[in-house]
Amino acid sequence: MGNHKKYWKSELELSSDSELVDKLEQNEFVEELPVGSLFEDENSLENSNASRRDFLKYLGFSTAAATIASCEGPVNRSIPYVVQPEQIVPGISNFYATSISDGFDFANVLVKTREGRPIKIEINNQSKDNSPNARVQASVLSMYDSSRNQGPTMDGQDISWDQFNLNVKAQLDAMKASNKKVVLLTQTFASPTTELIINNFLKKYSNVDHIIYDSISNSKALDAFEISYGVRALPTYDFEKANVIVSFSADFLGDWQGGGFSKGYAKTRVPKNGKMSKHYQIEANMSLSGANADTRIPLKPSLQKKALLRIYDLVSGQNSGVKLDDNIEVKLKSISDSLLNSNGKGIFITGIDDVGAQLISLKINQLIKSKVINVQKLNYTSQGDDQKVFDLVEDVLNKKINGLIMVGVNPSYTLPNSEQFNEALKSVDLSVSFSMNNTETAKLSKWVAATPHYLESWGDVEMKSGNYSLVQPTIKPLFDTLQFQDVLLNWLGSSNSFYDELKSNWNVSILKGSSWNQALHDGVYYNNYSSKKFSSPYTFPNINNYIDSLKSSESDGFELTLYSKTSMGNGLQANNPWLQEMPDPITRVSWDNYLTVSKSDAKNLGLKNINDSNGALNSNFANVSINGKSLKVPVVIQPGQARGSVGFSLGYGRTSGVKNELQTGVNAYKFYNNFVNVQNVSLESVNETHEFACVQLHNTLMGRGDIIKETTLEIFNTKKSSEWNYMTQVSLNHIETPVTSPDVDIWDEFDRSVGHHFNLSIDLNGCTGCGACVISCHAENNVPVVGKREVRKSRDMHWLRIDRYYSSAETFSGDNTTKDNINGLSDSLSVFGEMENPSENPQVAFQPVMCQHCNHAPCETVCPVAATSHGRQGQNHMAYNRCVGTRYCANNCPYKVRRFNWFLYNNNNEFDFNMNDDLGKMVLNPDVVVRSRGVMEKCSMCIQKTQKTILDAKLDGREIKDGEFQTACSSACETGAIVFGDINDEDSKVLELKEDDRMYHLLESVGTKPNVMYQVKIRNT
Amino acid sequence: MSVVVKTSLLKTILKLFKQVSVSKVFLAVLIFSFSLNISAQEIDIAKGKSLFNANCASCHKLNKNLVGPALKGVSAKYDKDWLYSWIKNSAALIKSGDDQAVAIYEEYNKVAMNAFPQLSNEDIDNILAYTDYVPEPVVNANAAAVTINSDSDSSLTNDIVLVLLTVVLLVLITMLFLVTKTLRNIAEKNGINVENKQGSKFSIWQAFIKNQFLIFVSVILLLLSSAYFAYGYMMQIGVDQGYMPVQPIHYSHKIHAGANQIECQYCHSSARISKHSGIPSLNVCMNCHENIADYNGEEDLEKGYTKDFYTNEIKKLYKAVGWDEETQSYTGDTEPVKWVRIHNLPDFVYFNHSQHVSVAGIDCQKCHGPVEEMEILYQYSPLTMGWCIDCHRESNIKVKDNEYYTKIHEELSKKYGVEELSIAQMGGLECGKCHY
Repeated sequence: MGNHKKYWKSELELSSDSELVDKLEQNEFVEELPVGSLFEDENSLENSNASRRDFLKYLGFSTAAATIASCEGPVNRSIPYVVQPEQIVPGISNFYATSISDGFDFANVLVKTREGRPIKIEINNQSKDNSPNARVQASVLSMYDSSRNQGPTMDGQDISWDQFNLNVKAQLDAMKASNKKVVLLTQTFASPTTELIINNFLKKYSNVDHIIYDSISNSKALDAFEISYGVRALPTYDFEKANVIVSFSADFLGDWQGGGFSKGYAKTRVPKNGKMSKHYQIEANMSLSGANADTRIPLKPSLQKKALLRIYDLVSGQNSGVKLDDNIEVKLKSISDSLLNSNGKGIFITGIDDVGAQLISLKINQLIKSKVINVQKLNYTSQGDDQKVFDLVEDVLNKKINGLIMVGVNPSYTLPNSEQFNEALKSVDLSVSFSMNNTETAKLSKWVAATPHYLESWGDVEMKSGNYSLVQPTIKPLFDTLQFQDVLLNWLGSSNSFYDELKSNWNVSILKGSSWNQALHDGVYYNNYSSKKFSSPYTFPNINNYIDSLKSSESDGFELTLYSKTSMGNGLQANNPWLQEMPDPITRVSWDNYLTVSKSDAKNLGLKNINDSNGALNSNFANVSINGKSLKVPVVIQPGQARGSVGFSLGYGRTSGVKNELQTGVNAYKFYNNFVNVQNVSLESVNETHEFACVQLHNTLMGRGDIIKETTLEIFNTKKSSEWNYMTQVSLNHIETPVTSPDVDIWDEFDRSVGHHFNLSIDLNGCTGCGACVISCHAENNVPVVGKREVRKSRDMHWLRIDRYYSSAETFSGDNTTKDNINGLSDSLSVFGEMENPSENPQVAFQPVMCQHCNHAPCETVCPVAATSHGRQGQNHMAYNRCVGTRYCANNCPYKVRRFNWFLYNNNNEFDFNMNDDLGKMVLNPDVVVRSRGVMEKCSMCIQKTQKTILDAKLDGREIKDGEFQTACSSACETGAIVFGDINDEDSKVLELKEDDRMYHLLESVGTKPNVMYQVKIRNT
Repeated sequence: MSVVVKTSLLKTILKLFKQVSVSKVFLAVLIFSFSLNISAQEIDIAKGKSLFNANCASCHKLNKNLVGPALKGVSAKYDKDWLYSWIKNSAALIKSGDDQAVAIYEEYNKVAMNAFPQLSNEDIDNILAYTDYVPEPVVNANAAAVTINSDSDSSLTNDIVLVLLTVVLLVLITMLFLVTKTLRNIAEKNGINVENKQGSKFSIWQAFIKNQFLIFVSVILLLLSSAYFAYGYMMQIGVDQGYMPVQPIHYSHKIHAGANQIECQYCHSSARISKHSGIPSLNVCMNCHENIADYNGEEDLEKGYTKDFYTNEIKKLYKAVGWDEETQSYTGDTEPVKWVRIHNLPDFVYFNHSQHVSVAGIDCQKCHGPVEEMEILYQYSPLTMGWCIDCHRESNIKVKDNEYYTKIHEELSKKYGVEELSIAQMGGLECGKCHY
């Protein structure tokens, strides 16, 4: 019987004339086995001396040797200093106040160093200027970049500094003698002493011109201010005073005019005495500021100009004859009304690259008597002049320039016509590039001067008039580098070092008797006078000249708005893996830039975003072209993108001085024509698939209002907290009981009233989504970078993520209503399906989520080896050495905050980031272990920091004051949205927040009793 | 354990000594006789030695130039009165233009010698007597020879006893054989048949093999015992108790912490404030070794630790730190010493010295053992987690005079109903306190 049965593996086998079947009958393997070349080549096999027995002998011996060797522990060496510097004690951190001024980011920072190496950037509390943002937080890693320029070069050959200086100086002298034109093209330094040295240099070399070039320009705003007030600078803003904020396309929570406004802004956003500011944002792209706005009006740039004019009309009472849609008209009316009624507490700002628009913005502020804008105290962090740069590029192209000395700029990458420029640069007689990395420009320059990182440098900055900061080295230069200022002094024949010049200049013209040491200690020094004086204040030009061009702004095609991303900025730090892996706060895409398109435009053009089956995001490409120049860019469909507009971020597409894996995205500077961030483009769909590494695919809350609780200011002020901060109820014996009641809890409560009990509060009103905490956490806790491929598989390792949600109705409360009105199964299926899609102009909410440190933690009960357990101080401990990697805990965590080490992320060539690099490893925090493969990890509530604080108190024999306990995220949060502390301390801020009406826990109904709490978001709508 | 017993024994003996006042007298007599012994030779020399050590030794040595010249036989070189005035105030002498004084001043890089107006002429005489004093070498040599002899004597006797014992045993064994042989011969001659017992030997094995229960039990026993040994072997993997690596410089804690009584934290100063106890940088060594170029302490000739050996180790330090003995200056030519780290904790353990040393006030010896007796330092404790935990269970928190603990200790001790809290009760057994 059995003989008649026929077993078959595939249908093909049933058909007798299949090729595959024939093949399979003869071969067990369809494909040829990769047998080594040794066996293929008969000759070499025969000629080989090794017999089979020898082979086995060697194999046996090496196995045995390896086994024996592995039994021996490694011999560790301890090498003490020969002469130990007095201030360095191994194991103790030193802090130095310094400042970053890389031409794009300006901030006062406090640098934590261990055993002489900087490992972390913190906020300098003495500072009145910018606090470190995500890029500045990450900048410490950019110093430990092994691909940095390690010494001066000529034509790519290493030379000594003596040779460098001698040769370049000789060439400069020769050019001076023959009066050939040389241009010194620099970043914005805003440094009084550097300016002094440059001026001396210009005096000595009369043939040299100094031109300042900002890769992302603020030139139009500078022009407008110069026309109005006679000084080429930017005004300063004190958002803390603002009541009504109207922003036309100005991403002031991002990088608009250098950023640094979020601290003041956030203070007005947390309701105090029933009041908070009202924020209107009119913009094309969905920016960080737009996401935080109370009212956001998406308008494409050409319409923005008209709307701006309309606001001006309404505020000034003029009539320029602009006509807009009725629904926009209504909104503009309410905006202008609130500006007029702001009683000096209103502010109008714009990011439109147009002198007229900028002038009108200044005028409106004058009309509403804004106290927020300060035209006396000036912002010097952006000084570039578009016209001069434009002329220079023309001159270079026409070969009118003989020498080009470039400092801190990368025109070969950032110029829109960089190809032509690069070609012309080769024929410039003297091309010198002062650069930290082998940038595109450095690669093409004859002479490359390796410059140190700011953490290795001396310097000073005057970010705002009278606000001086010092830059001091926190480590000896890692490579054979010299600062630009030192080289310039050498060319001037001075025997002084830059440090000498700096100190004497400060003593003479800034400190005037105050202590240099104190200024150096604080990192900042404030005096009331400005080094620049007004010539003609308040002589406003006739705005009418500019009105016509604004009025006639029209566009039929698509309008592109170029912007800078929170993570990448202008692209200076493209080789920084932390920043590459940082998800964009809005799109949540890491490792890429893309074209943001509105939903309806995408539909019309056939642009698609597809959620792949493995949970990753795919898209097709758009061919973006301006005047024949075109780029193929992947597409992200962006809720809130104004119809007819697209967005594209600068700073990506670097090709030189950047590791292969970090060469991501497309260079948008190619479209930065005339240094204007709005361009008319045409689009067409390209049917190819791009793979994104996006960490959040589900964009809406689906009406689950208890995840992000929010309400309006009106309800908040008039109703009881139980109405807007509703506690979930369960039925106990048919009586509705709150879920927090001990009666419905299956767990016994542990007494936590003695000792410390740590809690973390996150204010959803204060959080702007800036992501500084993400990088700070990364740096503090040695979180590995896993690369685009792994992020795509949802294997990102961030201990702290900032979830971003869109509403699928116009508002989140609309979502809740939709959900509540669902009637029946079929209705629920269709409605929930619709609710997955965000609205075209949604409300946005940010929610930082880290381990919630539940007192009744679901992860702890499922761990088979008790690797995760609870401490009395409220922290959920994770003993890595105990973890066997079952991942039960991650599966049982309702917040999905646990991260698994799928691979060994250090010393592994597959993950060639900073942890696979001897220099990159220098940034690791020695107090936190680097995890190995196969173990779970997660936020520890920075237990190394709380333990340190406790130990310090024990050593001093004192109690701990509130504010001493900090986590990496709370200390990095400049807006004060994240507050950490001990709730058993009666005076603590965190206890006050815990008892606040706005306090709620994430997923309260699960009964996990988290130690992380959130404050209900209040919208001023 | 044994060390603890020893120290406690010592302590009781010391206590006894303290209680019995007679012992004081006894000690005094001892010291007196000792001092008499020295003063019997030359009454000025002992005083001169102490004066020399107190005033001169930081810059002068007897046989060698240090900051100042070697002083052996200095009284022969210069006139005594000149020496008096030079020692009391050399600067004045130089100023007065004395040729001899100026010459010395020039020779020693114009480093002026401190003035010692407090020394009387008599004191100076004593010091000079000490510098002139040549100890009688014969006595020392004899003493050394005696010790060597006595040492070898004891080992010699041991060997002889052993050899003798073996010989006696061998003789006994041969005698036994001979006796049985003769007895057998006698028996055979008398016609008695001696039984052959070889058969029964086989039967035991056969019985064993046939008895399945016995086999079962013995297999179980075998498995259990091998499991026991395997467990024992595996549990000691990575436990390096007794680890005593060879160091690049033979540094003797016995000499520094033992003989010279240097505080642990003089060199390991960061143990008070930092997580690391810190290996002293070489400039700390030079605080003393700028003046101590030769070893003059006890020797252990059996192990080859002679004075020359130790002096040679000091030279290694000089080489590393770049100290030129001739010119008494630093050359700047340094090479760090690559010590072999003895106490290695895994990366996933956070240990903080200051917590234990400063907050808890634990003696270094508690974990590091009798370091002051270690010629070569070794790992005294197992440094396993069980070892840490045991101590955290047993020890109480030192709350006295530490305001940090005041409130928490009061509340917690009330909660647990104890007088003093143990570290474990304070949360010292929580995973996250040491693993992060």
